[in-house]
Amino acid sequence: MKKQNEKIFTLFALIMLVILVYLAEKHLDAYKLRILNLGAIYVTLGISLNLIYGFTGQFSLGHAGFMAIGAYVTTLLVLPSYYKEMIYILEPLAWPFTVIHAPFIIALFLSGLFAAFAALIIGLPVLRLKGDYLGIATLGFAEIIRIIANNLPNITNGALGIKGIPEFTNLWWSVGVAVVTIYIIKGLIDSSYGRALMAIRENEIAAEVIGINLTYHKVMSFTISAFFAGVAGGLFACLLTTIDPKAFMFVMTFNILIVVVMGGLGSITGTVLAAFLFNFFLEYLRPIEAGFQIGPVTMPAIPGLRMVTFSVLLLIIILYKQKGLLGGFEFSWEGFFHFFNKLSTNKKSSEGSTK
Amino acid sequence: MELLNIDNITMKFGGLTAVNNFKLKIIPGELIGLIGPNGAGKTTVFNMITGIYTPTMNKIYFQDRDITGMKPDKIAKAGIARTFQNMRLMDNLTVIDNVMIGFHLHLQSNLTSAIFKFPNYVREEESIYHKSMELLEKVELEHCKLEKAGSLPYGQQRKLEIVRALATGPKLLLLDEPAAGMNPQETKELMGFIQKIQDDFDLTIFLIEHDMKVVMGICRRILVMDYGVTIAEGNPAEIQGNPEVIKAYLGVDVDYA
Repeated sequence: MKKQNEKIFTLFALIMLVILVYLAEKHLDAYKLRILNLGAIYVTLGISLNLIYGFTGQFSLGHAGFMAIGAYVTTLLVLPSYYKEMIYILEPLAWPFTVIHAPFIIALFLSGLFAAFAALIIGLPVLRLKGDYLGIATLGFAEIIRIIANNLPNITNGALGIKGIPEFTNLWWSVGVAVVTIYIIKGLIDSSYGRALMAIRENEIAAEVIGINLTYHKVMSFTISAFFAGVAGGLFACLLTTIDPKAFMFVMTFNILIVVVMGGLGSITGTVLAAFLFNFFLEYLRPIEAGFQIGPVTMPAIPGLRMVTFSVLLLIIILYKQKGLLGGFEFSWEGFFHFFNKLSTNKKSSEGSTK
Repeated sequence: MELLNIDNITMKFGGLTAVNNFKLKIIPGELIGLIGPNGAGKTTVFNMITGIYTPTMNKIYFQDRDITGMKPDKIAKAGIARTFQNMRLMDNLTVIDNVMIGFHLHLQSNLTSAIFKFPNYVREEESIYHKSMELLEKVELEHCKLEKAGSLPYGQQRKLEIVRALATGPKLLLLDEPAAGMNPQETKELMGFIQKIQDDFDLTIFLIEHDMKVVMGICRRILVMDYGVTIAEGNPAEIQGNPEVIKAYLGVDVDYA
């Protein structure tokens, strides 16, 4: 397939996506829109985690921390100043946060930059660690961010959190950011730099011996990953309209990790699919918590049964598909048309045989 | 001027001296062999030259520049490439990607132009691709360029690892047991191949090998190590007749009487 054709198809798919988002925004109710928004934000989060874990092979559990940084930066920048005076009850908001203000798009961008900066500082010493040790160190970092947020009442309003954040996030923003994330991270993965990242994942010593600077590439991957996690954090805050440190507990990171592992490490397509499946499942499994009846057996209402069911589903996926739903598979137009060609030829041949 | 000058380096791991006072000067264009029984410290010498270990004592000079303690990627950039005794390929990447990674240290394009595929990046990537294909053709692996490196037969993986090392454009190539696990026919081909790449790429080669046919066949100068110490040095004939070497390999007669 020609490059030119692929570009046309991609453009066409993007136009379709714009129409879909338009229709969804117009016709779906707030509940369904919330799920779709969360799905799109999880796409951004999942792909950014996949970059550092799936493609670079560095087990990072710091995503909730980067999200928290992004969420607070966005919040402090978009809250109107009269409102800031009102909600900081414990201690008044410190200068300069009282006066700074920025449009949503700039707030998101700055959220990313702050998260990336944090990643740069933490990454330089921590990325020397390998495997589980790196996971624990980055998990520790995320907890530190959360505890700092808890104990800085003059900036974050402490454990009370911040309520009444303007609800800027809609599908245009969440899907738009997801598309930009996919474009940039896919661009990175498909480049010579992406190849170097995967070389580090495959064999660190060999990668270093053939001239790949480990520190530079790991920190680069970690920083880019954190940037998008920060942006997603900003989107998240302006979707829920309320944030507090508890929202960024390690459970948040594990949710993202579930999306990445379920979709397949190193598969962007898989992450997109899993991000939406994850959020759909979490919501549509809600009815089972209300109690139900299968034949003679009556299930009482048990809060939390949804998570148990979800865990079982996850276990099944991991047992039967160790590499995730789409492990290693990546969407391409070539593959797409090849699949349909094969389908139609199969159909023709089966029609031919029945005659 | 010597290409590599190893000045009496010593490597200690805790109380164990793995390599003791190892010295070697390599002149450009040489093909030197390093032999010795298992555990003699041969691979440790390679690890010190390529920066994986830093010698406990004394220094290594490459083209008169002190490279002791430099990071492996900087040493690769200076012009030293190597293969590993137990191959280290990027198993889940394609054959062609494995070779193209070798060119990474010569990459000019920056990250932004790589992500957004600016014309200068696309041109560079195409040129790297063609150079990689040329290298693959030399070892007749061009037909399986899209296969995963880990799925290749053993002998071809060994060749691929050498090709990947060549892609970094080295002046000095270190081969750690290139003939390990090869049958006599493959070994014979490999000997020809090593001599061919030495001529084609104007290389200096330093190799570790257990297969005496290989070492005696292509190396003009041979070093023998035992228990971390260099016990002999010379041309193949001298080495074969050296009583110290025979002792290290076969042991000595003990008079039980």
